[in-house]
Amino acid sequence: MAASEQDILEGLGKIINEITGIPASDVTPEKSFVDDLDIDSLSMVEIAVAAQDEFGVEIPDDQLKNLKTVKDVLNFIQN
Amino acid sequence: MRILDTAPGAKLLALGHYQPSTVVTNDELSKTMDTSDEWIRSRVGIQERRVAGADESLEDMAVHAGGKALAASGLAASDIDLVIVATCTMESPIPNAAAVVAHRLGIEAPGAFDVNAACAGFCYALATADASIRAGSARNVLVIGAEKLTQWLDWTDRSTAVIFADGAGAAVVGPSDTPGIGPVVWGSAGDKADAIKIPDRTDHLRQEGQTVFRWATTALHPVAKQACERAGVDPSELSAFIPHQANLRIIEAIARRLGADKAVVARDIVHAGNTSAASIPLALSRMLERGEVRSGGLALVLGFGAGLTYAGQVIEIP
Repeated sequence: MAASEQDILEGLGKIINEITGIPASDVTPEKSFVDDLDIDSLSMVEIAVAAQDEFGVEIPDDQLKNLKTVKDVLNFIQN
Repeated sequence: MRILDTAPGAKLLALGHYQPSTVVTNDELSKTMDTSDEWIRSRVGIQERRVAGADESLEDMAVHAGGKALAASGLAASDIDLVIVATCTMESPIPNAAAVVAHRLGIEAPGAFDVNAACAGFCYALATADASIRAGSARNVLVIGAEKLTQWLDWTDRSTAVIFADGAGAAVVGPSDTPGIGPVVWGSAGDKADAIKIPDRTDHLRQEGQTVFRWATTALHPVAKQACERAGVDPSELSAFIPHQANLRIIEAIARRLGADKAVVARDIVHAGNTSAASIPLALSRMLERGEVRSGGLALVLGFGAGLTYAGQVIEIP
């Protein structure tokens, strides 16, 4: 059964909190990783790897630069 | 065959290190490259690094570090029968560094060879020293990790020029009634050989940072746990974790997943830069000097880097 967008958002919030210390509640769809959350490309790699383990969706390094907002990642995982 | 002289185990007896005298800060590098102190500290963790001068060759640094370890061990040069130098930045292919370094330290006619496993070199060399002592092929081994990386750097490439540095660390390893060095867990990922390379003698050190970061933060914590298991040690028993000082973010990512909550984690990269094969013995020697770790405690050392190669083992801190 596919996870709902809300489930994915919550899972992502936990992952981002573990890796960066940012409160999970700050992780909302419209937020930009670099500008709003201050998450750099190295943390994005860690987040991508953790998301792969959690949701079973591979996010290769060359895709990461296209994932600018939390919503971009939600869409990527759902599709 | 009737083999005598084997030993039940081997252990580190003493450590030593050498850092070149020239300190280069992030601000200095920012003058000639498009980078900043803030960027370097947050992405790599380095505050300053050491650069060897023209009068500090790789062999010089190895001799200094080796000499200090030898002096600290209380052994005489004549007690050493094997010298291993882990390095990937020799200026010339032959003669090897080990034979030259041994001679300069007054060690007479020991076995002498160099190990090139880049940043995993020290752990590979340490495993070989341990095995040699147990097998009866050597009694006391001088293991040195030494690098002069800065001579291979492209100073216009900010992705490498701010990271790599020079230095040497050394350990004297001797026989022991019980194992003081656990079995090594070693391996390689040759499919990623292009990720860190010096293509040829006229070229510079090149690194695909993203690829290396992803590999290091995912493939190595299982190796670390395996090395603990093979030694019959739980990560929670470790009093120190000394991974290769590649990048502070990598160090923190591996440490986070290891579960060694009582362990001091080496962060020597902050003041030493990434010194490849030298980084682990350099870090441990400096931590001991500063009293950050105590003799007799258990430490996990974990090297990883170009090859890609990796090796890790649990050791008793000398």
